[in-house]
This record gives sequence, C-alpha cells and structure tokens, in this order.
Amino acid sequence: MVPVGRLDDIVPLSGRCVKTAGGEIGVFRTADNRVFAIENRCPHKGGPLSEGIVHGTSVTCPLHNMVISLSSGAIEGPEEGGVKTIPCEVREGVIFLGLPAQKAA
Amino acid sequence: MDKKRLVVIGNGMAPGRVLERLFEAAPDLYDVTIFNAEPRVNYDRIMLSPVLSGEKTYDDIIIHDETWYADREITLHRGKRVDEIDREQKRVVAADGTAAEYDTLLIATGSNPFVIPVPGHDLPGVVTYRDLEDVEAMIAAAKPGGRRAVVIGGGLLGLEAAAGLAARGMAVTVVHLADTLMERQLDPAAGYLLEKEVASRGITILTKANTEKILGDEHVTAVALKDGTTVLADLVVMAVGIRPAAALAKAAGLDVGRGIIVDDGLRTSDPSIFAVGECVEHRGACYGLVAPLYEMASVIADQLAGGNREYAGSVTSTKLKVTGIDLFSAGDFAEGDDREDIVLRDAALGVYKRVVLSENRVKGVVLYGDTADGAWYFQMLKDGTDVTELRDTLIFGQQYSGGAQLDPTAAVAALPADAEICGCNGICKSRIVDAIGEKSLKTIADVRTHTKASASCGSCTGLVEQLLTLTLGDAYNPLAVEPMCGCTNLGHDDVRRLIKVKGLKTIPAVMQELEWSTANGCAKCRPALNYYLVCDWPDEYADDYQSRFINERAHANIQKDGTYSVVPRMWGGQTSSKELRAIADVVDKYDIPTVKVTGGQRIDMLGIQKEDLPAVWADLGKAGFVSGHAYAKGLRTVKTCVGTDWCRFGTQDSTGLGVRIEKFMWGSWTPAKVKMGVSGCPRNCAEATCKDVGVVCVDSGYEIHYAGAAGLDIKGTEVLCIVKTEDEALETIVALVQMYREQGRYLERIYKWARRIGYDEVKRQIADDPARRKYYFDRFVFSQRFAQVDPWAERVEARENPAALPQQHAEYRPLADLSIREAAE
Repeated sequence: MVPVGRLDDIVPLSGRCVKTAGGEIGVFRTADNRVFAIENRCPHKGGPLSEGIVHGTSVTCPLHNMVISLSSGAIEGPEEGGVKTIPCEVREGVIFLGLPAQKAA
Repeated sequence: MDKKRLVVIGNGMAPGRVLERLFEAAPDLYDVTIFNAEPRVNYDRIMLSPVLSGEKTYDDIIIHDETWYADREITLHRGKRVDEIDREQKRVVAADGTAAEYDTLLIATGSNPFVIPVPGHDLPGVVTYRDLEDVEAMIAAAKPGGRRAVVIGGGLLGLEAAAGLAARGMAVTVVHLADTLMERQLDPAAGYLLEKEVASRGITILTKANTEKILGDEHVTAVALKDGTTVLADLVVMAVGIRPAAALAKAAGLDVGRGIIVDDGLRTSDPSIFAVGECVEHRGACYGLVAPLYEMASVIADQLAGGNREYAGSVTSTKLKVTGIDLFSAGDFAEGDDREDIVLRDAALGVYKRVVLSENRVKGVVLYGDTADGAWYFQMLKDGTDVTELRDTLIFGQQYSGGAQLDPTAAVAALPADAEICGCNGICKSRIVDAIGEKSLKTIADVRTHTKASASCGSCTGLVEQLLTLTLGDAYNPLAVEPMCGCTNLGHDDVRRLIKVKGLKTIPAVMQELEWSTANGCAKCRPALNYYLVCDWPDEYADDYQSRFINERAHANIQKDGTYSVVPRMWGGQTSSKELRAIADVVDKYDIPTVKVTGGQRIDMLGIQKEDLPAVWADLGKAGFVSGHAYAKGLRTVKTCVGTDWCRFGTQDSTGLGVRIEKFMWGSWTPAKVKMGVSGCPRNCAEATCKDVGVVCVDSGYEIHYAGAAGLDIKGTEVLCIVKTEDEALETIVALVQMYREQGRYLERIYKWARRIGYDEVKRQIADDPARRKYYFDRFVFSQRFAQVDPWAERVEARENPAALPQQHAEYRPLADLSIREAAE
C-alpha cells in the first residue's frame, strides 16, 4: 500500500485525483468520512470523476451526469459497465492505496 | 319580453349555486331579489373551519362579491329576515316590512344548529358552530390565550371546531356521546386512529360522555356530565347536529316533514315554490353536506331555465377539514351476512383502509391516513360497478388495480366524464376538461378561477393537475408538481417557500426539516439548494462548494477532455491593446491551443490544464482582468453596440450603459445563466431582443426587454416598459433580475420563469409598482455586497499563500503525483 495523502487533504463530499503511470485514480471522501478509490475515468465518455459531485457513496460525473457507485465502481441505473475499484484504507489519518506497481517495488 | 320575478329566501351556498348556474344558462330570464337574514354576501360556509383556525380570513372565503350581484342586477336585501310568505298574493314580507312579489319563489332557509335543551344552554359563552357570527364569537373568546373550551359533539363540525380553537391556543375538551368519534361516518377502527391523532394535538377527548347541565351564573363556567365529571369551561360550543329550518314554509301551509317536502323536480307542494339545500326533505332524506346541495342546485337551475332535469337523491362522502388529518368516508359500512370486508392497515404509517363489498359491489369505504383513492372508490360506489375483476388488488387503490400502469394520470383518464372531481363545489371531470379546452386554461389558478374546482378545501388539487396534464399534454408545465429530484416529494417552489418560512440556512437543515429521503442529496438537488440559500440569505449562508458543479467550483469551463477554458471579463465587450497583449502573452506562455471569440463578445482560451489555471489567472489579473463568469449560473455578459460614441444612427450611449449594468451586476448568482444586450438604436446590432434581458435605446429613452431566448428555444423578447433615463433603466433591470432570482426555479431561464408566472405579473410588480421595484432593487444591492468578490484573485492569492487558503489551493492540484516516481523506478 502506498500513502497518497492525509484524510484532511480531501474535503468531505468531494474527490481528488492521484496521477499514476497507469492513469488517474479518483480518491473520494464521503460525509461519514469513508474513503473510496476508483479509476478516474467515466465509462461513458472518459470524464474525470474526481471533479463530480459526491453524494451518499456515489459520484455524479461532471460531463454528462452518469452516476457511479464508489464502493463497486458500477454505473448506477439501467446502463451496464463501470470502473475498476482500487483497494484503499485510512490509517492514523493517512490514506493508502493498493497499487500493483508499488507492490512490486 | 318581460323578465319573470324570482325571489330567493336565504343567501347561502345552495341558492348561490342555483343563481350561478341559472345566469350561465339563461342570463336574461329573471329579475332576482334575495332576502338574506345574515348581513353579508354569499360566503363559503364549509371554509369556516380554516377561518376559525386562522388559516384563512373572511375575505378569502367570499364566493360572490358585491360586483357579482351588481353585474347581474340582483337586488340583495341584507340583514332582512323574511317572516311571511303570502301564497295568495305571491309575495314575501320581511320583518322590517320590506316586501317583494314573485312569479317563482325559492326557499333556501338552510338549517338551524341543534341546541341540547339542558339547563344552562342559554348562558352567555354557549355558542353553536354555524355561521361567521359564531366563528367571531369563538375567536373573541379565545383571545386572551390559554382559556378553556368544551366542544359538545365529536362529529365532523365538533372536531373542526375543536382543532380550530386549539390552534387559537385554547385548552379544548371534546365531549362526545357515542363510543368513538364521528361514529356516523367512521367505523370504530378509524374512529380510534382519529381519536389518537386528535389527542396528540393536545385535545382531550371524552367519549360515552352525556352532558347533564351547563354551569354558571352570569357566564358559563363548566359543563357537568351525567357520570359526575365536571369540565371547566370559558366557552362551550354545541356541535351536535342541525335541523332543517322549515318553520317559515310550515307557516305558509307547505307540506313539511323533518324538512320542506319536495318532489324530484325539487318543487314544494306549491308548484310555484322551489326549495333547495339543508331545509329540504327529499324522498325522506335531509342533507347537511355541500355536494348534495350543489346537485340539487343544478337541477333547480335547469328547471328554472325551462328544463326538466330531476334529482334522484345523493350518495354522500365525508372529508374532515383539519390540516394534517386525511380522512375519507362514504356509504354504509355496517356489518352483515351479505357484507365482505377488505382491510389494509399500516400501523407505522398510520394508514387504515376499509372497503365494504356486497355482491361484488362497493357499499362503503373508510380511508384514514391515505385518501388519494377516495374519489375512485366513491365513483364505483355511486355507479354500482362490479369489482369482481379488481378484487385482488382493490384495497391497494387504483394504481395497482387490474395490472394498471403506474402512470398517475391513467387513473384520472379512466374516470367517466361525470365523475366528481371537486366535492366542495360539485364540479365533475367533463366540466373541468371542457373549461380547459374552451377557455385555454393553463394553470391550476386558471382552473380555480373559471370552474371553482379545487378552490375551496384544495384536497382535489392533485386530480385537477392530472386533468391539466391529460388535457394539455406537454403544454402543461408538470414542473408545477414535479418533485425537485428523487430525494424529496417537494417541488422547487415549495422548497423555496419553506426555506424562507422555516428560516432554513444550511443544506443539512433543509434536508432534515423537509425530510429528505437521502443522507446528503444528489447532484440534482444540492446545487439547487445551494443556490436558493445563497439567494435567500446572502449575508449569513456559507457557500457550499461541494454542492456546486465543477465549473462553478473551478471557476472555469470543463471541456470534453478534462481541460478547461478561461474567459476573462471584457466589460460591455470592450477591450484594449494592453488587455489583448496580456492575453497573447498568456496564450504563448501556457501553450494554449485554441483562442476563440464568443457570442457574448469575449475571448475564450481553450485547452488549459487544471493545474495551470491559478497561474493563468495570476498573469491575466496583472493586466486588470477579472473572472468573466462564463461558467456560472449567474450574470454572464452584457453585449453592446458602439452607440452614440461612434455610430451615426446611435440614439444613446449603449456601450456606456452596458458597461454600467455589467459593473453593477457582475458576481451575482441567478437560477440559470443570464445574458444581456444593449443596442443603441432599433437596428439592434447587439441583438438585444433575443436576450434574457435587453435594452433597445430609442430617442425618447430606453425600451426594457426581457424573456428572450436563442438557444434550445428561439423566442423574441417581451417589452417590459420604456423609461426615460439610464438610472431608471438600471433600476428596472436590477429589480427584474432580483425578482427572477427570488422566484425562479434552479436551471429555469428567465423566459420560462416569466411565462410560468405571467408577463402581466412581472409588469405589475416591476414596471407599475415603484415601491415594489425599489424593494427588489435594494435587496439586490444588499446581496451584491457579499457576491462581488473576484474568485480568480482569491485563487491567485491561495497560490501565493497556500497556508491561508488551503482549500482553494488544493482544488487545482492532484492529491499525489506518483507517475514521476514510478517512471523513475
């Protein structure tokens, strides 16, 4: 697991992005201070999900209002598809992501 | 042709309705004279309860005002009680000697409240509940708050009186003879739920309570019951029932039983005398509810106009007009061998529904807590519909019956033309549908004005809206009733109203108080709520950035590839070499791929990385640029032509006015974007007549335009007014926008808002009412004190001093950049 920042760096009900060699990851904090990480690319047209409005455990994509579940990465609603989720945890206020490339390092 | 003389004794709702229908059908047939024992015009007696509780005033419940009588040349004798009918001479004489001769007489003397003849019943402080005088007496008694009232009678009227007095602050006890409340209309189970609800409002209920006497010397002090209980009272309301007022008819020698006996044509035993309303006995039945009286009224109006319609008696239904209690009952629900019951209870929701069937036909229905299907059951009851096919799902209501779809209008579509929609005013479906078509009605308010449907108690508003939807299709704006989003049942207007009424000043407070069904809303409601709170509490509300769309959060426009575009403000569309040079330098420095001139006379730089935004703004800021708000639901641009400065046709300084408007209004948030234009002459080079707000300068002054559109819809503007000076033009435009800010629904452009509330209304408030205009203007000015902060400068500052503004700083940076490290490894 790789530390990417502190919980306090993300305002509740918002997201921020983490750049990696394998593409961007959106890291989100809910109103009840849970943290989720998902691929930062909307399955619809590639919108940056970390810029969307966070509500409950979902985020609405800023480009065309697709709603994505933060916990499963799936599109909410009738459409099929979704994004990958990334293992994520908070220890003593620090956010860690489970990144394959880092495990190897 | 000489008009025939129609004399009416009584001026309540029933004769009022007779005359209304008669003048519609045959306006020139009769000279009408009315004798009214009460000193006033016709008012809506069934709305006395809201007057008592303070929810309405007398003015609100007037059915026919002075003009109505004047327009029809009706002679109205007020405060004159007729005490003799001379059938030989065909004339009536009032107590003060006023007389009138008739060709046809209509008796509508109504009913008298029944007073139990117990000792003390005539003490001061004992009132009945029948007319406005009674209500005024009750309100007066309640005035020094906290006094005690006893209501004798736990029926419909008694409970409404009790609720009204409790709302006025009195401690109320209801004394009721039977085991459960409203036992004539409700079964014991519904009676129990009702008792629980009424008791929860602080009203004490005593059932099986028989009044022995009313105590007091000069004024009532208490009520003594037969079981020995004494209840203290400063006011006693007798609401134990009514008796037809038939004494006058009896004295005139007409046939009278319990009431004045009439045939199916509603004629009394004297063929030139009709009777209508609560004073009537028809086929052995007397009625005290408004719907049957209105049915009788239609028949009489038809007979008077030369028709031959007949009255066959009424099946009645009951609704309780106490705010917050939903209760409906109709028909007969006594148990019996041939009766079958279908019952649905939901204790948590406080819902009880019972439908009584006999031979697969609805005989009775009691609904408590959810009365939406009352009209449906009632129609089947009246029609004697065979419900064999529906039985399995009957109790779940119309939407679930017969595998029907969940489209709520389907239920209304299925109702027959003569189905009653508005029980208070006796308006059937076809009458509403016809009126919508013939008179081009567009809104609930229109329907109320033209048909009176839903104008009284309002419980049929939903049905009327569905009829509007059915009849008009897309032309009826369903937003009027549509919830804001899936998180609430409330529409935008209700939410806006409640935010103000309840003084809600944060998004969590709104969601808590208005019972949002989700923890923190959704991407639809949160931006709307954030706007409403910014607009309503400009000095107190702390803007919630997490409830704004990315463009308003980042102060730039997101593009399809996740980059942003930046549009600096160019006041009135004017720029300079210094500004253009600064833009050129920024474009080179940050390698901006596209530069484009916009439709609003601005320069757009596209394809900027998010992380570069604060630096771009820092450079632009040095040249004097501020944010152009090209991303905002707010004031965008004021487009101008060159006006008198250069143009040989210009009539006024259009550029100057445009700059002035823009400098005054920049930074303000609005329900949807606002684009303006100022043209220096009617050639209109600034295209002001398709803008949200536009000005067309003319020699004599400034034409103020608004409600144009040139996007999804194309629409020319409406002219609001012409003003003489620039100052007046500014004040008018600012007031107009403030009115829109306070009333518009989120994302509703000015042209849609104006069409919804009416151009006349906008004109009335902004152009014709200087005080109102000033009020809006001042509120806008106040709001601007908190809005005119350049967001770009703030973020440039955050870049230079991240510790002071961490959030603004963090917004533009990734949480972490692991790509470089990974690449290095």
